[in-house]
Amino acid sequence: MTAVLTRPVEAPAVHKRKRRFNATRTVVLGLAAVYFLVPLAAAVWFTVQDKVHGGVTGEYYTSIPQAEGFAGALRRSLSLAVLTVLGVLLVTVPAMLAVTLRLPKLRPIVEGLSLLPLVIPPIALVAGVRDMLALGPNQLAGTPFGDALVSSQDPELPIILVVVYIVLATPFAYRSLDAGIRAIDARTLVDAARGLGSSWFDVVWRVLLPNLRGAVLGAAFLTLGLVLGEYTIASILLFDTLPTWLVKISGENGQLSVSVSTASLLFTWLLLLVVSLADRPKTSRSDS
Amino acid sequence: MTTPAVNTVRARSFADRARRCGPWLAVAPFLIVMLIGLVLPVIALATGAFEGDSLKSSLGSGYRSAFWGSVKLSVVCAVLGAVVGLLVARAVLSGGTVLRRLVLTASGVLANFGGVPLAFMFIASIGNAGIVTGLLHDWTGFDLADSPFSLYQFGGLAVVYLYFLVPLMVIVIAPALDGVRAEWSEAAENLGATRWQYWRHVAGPLLAPPVMAGALLLFCGSLSAFATAQAMVGATVPLVTLQIANALSGNVSADNAGVGAALAIEMIVLVAIVMAAYWTIERRTARWLR
Repeated sequence: MTAVLTRPVEAPAVHKRKRRFNATRTVVLGLAAVYFLVPLAAAVWFTVQDKVHGGVTGEYYTSIPQAEGFAGALRRSLSLAVLTVLGVLLVTVPAMLAVTLRLPKLRPIVEGLSLLPLVIPPIALVAGVRDMLALGPNQLAGTPFGDALVSSQDPELPIILVVVYIVLATPFAYRSLDAGIRAIDARTLVDAARGLGSSWFDVVWRVLLPNLRGAVLGAAFLTLGLVLGEYTIASILLFDTLPTWLVKISGENGQLSVSVSTASLLFTWLLLLVVSLADRPKTSRSDS
Repeated sequence: MTTPAVNTVRARSFADRARRCGPWLAVAPFLIVMLIGLVLPVIALATGAFEGDSLKSSLGSGYRSAFWGSVKLSVVCAVLGAVVGLLVARAVLSGGTVLRRLVLTASGVLANFGGVPLAFMFIASIGNAGIVTGLLHDWTGFDLADSPFSLYQFGGLAVVYLYFLVPLMVIVIAPALDGVRAEWSEAAENLGATRWQYWRHVAGPLLAPPVMAGALLLFCGSLSAFATAQAMVGATVPLVTLQIANALSGNVSADNAGVGAALAIEMIVLVAIVMAAYWTIERRTARWLR
């Protein structure tokens, strides 16, 4: 007892604190690893275990392509994704370059509209979209806008989903492009190119866009991931996309739905991984 | 080279006109898409919400408990997510560069991962027929399905939401943690401050605003989450997002489209207030973070 009390505490105390900190660190990281890896591993195991014969089977993955409704839902989701990516780029890139270079007074409006979707939960937005669409066959029947609203709901390829997805993707595209434009000092590049006699088209196409390649790719991949996983809008508007199809079949075939989830998950992660790797501070400016 | 002078003049005046209209033409598609996809729906929503007494009935007891449930779940998720995210970020950032990059990249990926697949992943692991549930039962005899914890209730939703909220917190707080220099801790120590005093007077006040901002962001994230909850619990848990979906699909009673619109407007107002607080705090933090 006394030996413990009289022991010199000065140096070991510092040492102990350091060690204890490292111990907490290990515990925190260990628990985090368990929490994040176990569900993933369990989901994979869930889809490959053979409940009848025991062992491992890939039959749930190989049966995905033949599953009823899968091909149509996948085709629709992919078409929507491609259209949305093209749309969001065609809409945001020119607008942002214009307000940066020529129309600074519109900048607050474009910036505000770009960030506004962050304040509106998708479920609230889709409630509004539904109200707006209801005007098409009723109050606005016969007018060009009313007809456009009606024809935008073709269940095979609903254009209204593309428009709403563009809106949802704009905050992410805006952030990615804004960071890119800030990093390249666009004004100087434009002045230099214009001074050397290049047309506005050439300035954008051959000077600015090559310099913004990383930002544009980042925006495109984020949008792609968002559209492929989007459920709220599509399910409320009763369109059949990959996520709504997943929920529909989950009741009848748990293993199939989990294996499609896992596959789509790995695909989305791959996409987002590409974004985060491209996001890193780059040193390759000189080679572009 | 052989172009007549007249043509050059006309070309230039055309170019002049294009120069003046060009920027407006470049912004126009953006404004049109935003008008159709964002502004008009919100206006339609507002008119629907203020029609009749749907705003009043949306504040009735059933809907109020759904709102309360959503807020409660979001507060729990925001606080837990902020604390755990802070701990993880601190543990990672003080570590080696490989671990750091690995975790930050993984966080960037996981923070964007919600929705249906997340729900199914957790059902497959700790749901009633899940792998982890089965293993726990085989190894320890403990039956998760019979325990007070259920994946299909509030606790389960919180566990699932944290899967994307904690990584989000790690991303949000990492720059602030990086901004707290080791020199400050050394300076405080040289001036005779204890560890507690350093945290109380230096690091704490610096980190409190970004941690608060992160928590607000997590609050909004879990408040607006719909797909995960819908795929996992259906309509058994009172959450405002699920109630809106119910009202829209006409499962409850007549006149529910108006109630759905009113609930949606109330949700927008709540999120707008929280996001405004978030942006205010973030702007303040940005001042010392460079």
